Amino acid sequence: MRTAFIQELINQARRNQSLFLIVGDLGYSVVEPFAQEFPDRFLNAGVAEQNMVGVASGLAAEGYHVFTYSIANFSTLRCLEQIRNDVGYHKAPVTAVSVGAGLAYGNLGYSHHAVQDIGVMRALGSLTILSPADPGESRECVEWLANNPRPSYLRIGKAGEANLHDIRGIANGPIEVKRSTGKIAIAATGSILSVALEAAKLAEEKGIGVSVYSCPWLHPVTPDFFAPLRWFEHIFALEEHMPYGGLASILRDAPLLESKVHSIALNPEPPASVGSQRYLRDMSGLDANSILNRIVSLS
Amino acid sequence: MVASAKASHIGGALSMADLLAALYGGILHVKPEDPRWPLRDRFILSKGHCCTALYAALALRGFFSIDELKTYGQEGSRLMAHVSHAVPGVDFSTGSLGHGLPHGCGRALAAKRKAEPWRTFVMISDGELDEGSTWEAILFAPQHGLDNLIVTVDYNKIQSLGNVEDVLELGPLSDKLRAFRWSVREVDGHDHHAIHRALVEVPWERGKPSCLIAHTIKGKGVDFMEDKLLWHYKSPDAGQLEQALNQIGCPG
Repeated sequence: MRTAFIQELINQARRNQSLFLIVGDLGYSVVEPFAQEFPDRFLNAGVAEQNMVGVASGLAAEGYHVFTYSIANFSTLRCLEQIRNDVGYHKAPVTAVSVGAGLAYGNLGYSHHAVQDIGVMRALGSLTILSPADPGESRECVEWLANNPRPSYLRIGKAGEANLHDIRGIANGPIEVKRSTGKIAIAATGSILSVALEAAKLAEEKGIGVSVYSCPWLHPVTPDFFAPLRWFEHIFALEEHMPYGGLASILRDAPLLESKVHSIALNPEPPASVGSQRYLRDMSGLDANSILNRIVSLS
Repeated sequence: MVASAKASHIGGALSMADLLAALYGGILHVKPEDPRWPLRDRFILSKGHCCTALYAALALRGFFSIDELKTYGQEGSRLMAHVSHAVPGVDFSTGSLGHGLPHGCGRALAAKRKAEPWRTFVMISDGELDEGSTWEAILFAPQHGLDNLIVTVDYNKIQSLGNVEDVLELGPLSDKLRAFRWSVREVDGHDHHAIHRALVEVPWERGKPSCLIAHTIKGKGVDFMEDKLLWHYKSPDAGQLEQALNQIGCPG
């Protein structure tokens, strides 16, 4: 996803002279092509995220649309008040980009797990929040942001994710990736959409129809944004995030959905052992078999 | 303003009043009739709690009516008690310390990248030199050759809950900033001519940001406020207000 991100950013920067990329001393083997092609619109701010966002807000006040790039929580929580005041309050066109959404940096440990970011960024109220599931969605998110500069947060995965669908329209509502006749849906945000599709397939083998939706667009939403989900009796909100403030909360806040949402999220207790993204998902019940069991228990 | 809104921070407003007078009296290139004039010098007040002094300077320069100052801190007023970009002539809202200098670095960098001639001035307090974000920006500015960035430090030596030397001593401040590759001068922050002489010559060294450390007195000009931590918080009553206005030679 990070490769798709940088390729699309370069693509957009070729037509849009205002795009600027600041990195917080991270992005090795990712951001170099942008830096080489647009040296006047690239900056390594060093390991100083508060200043990075402050500088971004100053550049934004002078006409740039600035993307601030770092990993995990460094581009969000480390400089939270700068995002709130310097960016959100001033309506500055700054997009905070976090690479390694959820558990993507699994074995690097809890410091590198971005699992509260959606809730925290959403609580600010002033940011558009986008959380793509695959490289294709990432490209569309970058394209949309470049055309709609505003305070925003882009939460992307790492590298090597497969494309899961080719449907466009991130701003129109949840994306129906798999249609089924049953009254059960899984709505997922981020790369864990792939697990939602696996679980739906397992359910189908047991004769249970499950539709799957990708939710790259998280905030802000109109009252009818999630209307396509109203038809279902049960909606599983699947996310690599704490159960607070993320996708489950967003869906429960949507009109007519509150009582139908079942959260499949991370255990609030930080993991005591390390492991890959897959291992940590399994430990938290964010794997296809665990999801299948929850679906079966409803039927 | 402070008295009628029963607000705080008059001490830090008075300590930087002479600096603002020098800046708005002949240093900053601004057009009150066109507050967003693209070629204006940018001014960022990082010690946003002391905005009464800036609002007064802007009103006196004609950015808005002097009458509007009476609305400071009142219901529905745009004159917020921490400096607000809703006010004509204000480029950036602050209030949480340590935000002004990073933002100013971004402005100055933008001017460099676009090869534009305007400059960015940032007023910071001594207290916010405790903030890590301020030092991140102090590292950043010389790295990028921001000689179009000018910082004035209102060094009144009293911070929010005590004397600077008793909380987190900053000295030797000039030496520290020079070691961080800044061009530094010190001045009596109440000597208009000295302030003007220093600021009219910036940048003092090509390729380096300039920092004017202005030695000031909190509550300057009102004997019962001078050097008193109390006036970081207290709002003058009617009698104190009259006495203060008499002392600074200003009709109520």
